[in-house]
Amino acid sequence: MIKLLVRNIIRFFVLVLLQVLVINNIQVSGFIVPYLYVLFILLMPFETPNWLLLLSAFLLGLSVDLFTQTPGMHAAASVLMAFLRPFVLEMSAPRDGYEAGTFPRVHYYGFQWFLRYTVILVLAHHFILFYLEVFRFSEFFSTFLRVLLSCFFSVLLIMLSQYFIYRK
Amino acid sequence: MRNLLRFIIRYHFFFLFLLLETVAVILVVQHNNYQRAQFLTFSKSIQGSYYETSGGIREYLSLRQTNQDLYKENTLLRNQMDRLVRNRETNQSHGIDSIPQRQFSYISARVINNSVNKQFNFITLNKGRHHGIEPEMAVIAPTGVVGVVYATSGNYSTVIPLINRNFRLSAKILKNGYYGSLSWVGSGYKEAILEDIPFHVEIQPGDTIVTSGYSAIFPEGILVGTIADLKAREGNFDAIPVDISVDYKNLQYVNVIRNLLLEEQRALERISGND
Repeated sequence: MIKLLVRNIIRFFVLVLLQVLVINNIQVSGFIVPYLYVLFILLMPFETPNWLLLLSAFLLGLSVDLFTQTPGMHAAASVLMAFLRPFVLEMSAPRDGYEAGTFPRVHYYGFQWFLRYTVILVLAHHFILFYLEVFRFSEFFSTFLRVLLSCFFSVLLIMLSQYFIYRK
Repeated sequence: MRNLLRFIIRYHFFFLFLLLETVAVILVVQHNNYQRAQFLTFSKSIQGSYYETSGGIREYLSLRQTNQDLYKENTLLRNQMDRLVRNRETNQSHGIDSIPQRQFSYISARVINNSVNKQFNFITLNKGRHHGIEPEMAVIAPTGVVGVVYATSGNYSTVIPLINRNFRLSAKILKNGYYGSLSWVGSGYKEAILEDIPFHVEIQPGDTIVTSGYSAIFPEGILVGTIADLKAREGNFDAIPVDISVDYKNLQYVNVIRNLLLEEQRALERISGND
């Protein structure tokens, strides 16, 4: 239990630092920025209480906001993502539920399951984030294009991370 | 109370979500300049369209008064035109280029919100930056001086009227040219005072007060009001009571005045002031 907690806390910091120090400085063709830090929310254990999920997502978003000087934007997007997570998990649960001792990862539930779970949540996160940034609907489709493109790269990074870092 | 608590605990996930999301959005709106500007523009435009509708109704109800004012102004303008044409003709006979550079241009606007019963009254107009209105432009009505533009948005602007405690205007007595500072006392929307007029100057109730033109915002000679009953002067000899000519209670159409030579005058005065 303690080990799990420590591992999640370390993951929190590693992902935030990786995001703000490295990934935010990579710009794919100008305006697309992948957001890898949401991986933290995706990888929280199944048994995490909902309130903890929301609070840690809020803190996560706020820490990224601190470095990008956009108070509230990442926090809002992350909180929404954490709010949706239990519903998405329930929706895509295997027939006999999630087994104890497993984690939401490719390793346990397969590529297809993880991809679907990731795409839905990352899309929701990016949608809120980009529309909060633009803050109007007048350029709806150009913003939507950015959401889709950034989402693609974020999902790509997240899937890759599953194979490079969490190989067992 | 108990039930409410139970309800909240039962749905704590949703309420916590709402709480955190609200906090985040408040952070966004309060700390990001762009988002705050967007938010304010949005709320202002809703406010503006509301005022426009209610202003339209008020306007219809007092068409008669407006017509009368316009009629009067037409007469006045026709008189002025006549005089100008004559001046020009006489000048031309001397062979002088008599067409001076134009100094003031006028933009007409409609009052869509107005207050008369506060200490710091404001007026909202239905035209703004897109129509060429900028802060510090003069605003007049057919019946006289109204105020000065305070702030503008794309389609609306706010005006500090004469009946605002912050407003000061350089005005003079028409018949002898002595000028002073005109301000509002904060009581009725028809009463102002003119200060800094030397005590020896002869004045009578009914004398006309006009703008002096020294502020470079207002053209010279625009009606401000008339000197009111002088009995009120006894207490404070320095302040002359003035009846404001504009009736703020039924103000509808105004002209915003742009001084085309303002920059030139300011620049010159800056240079002179520095020495």
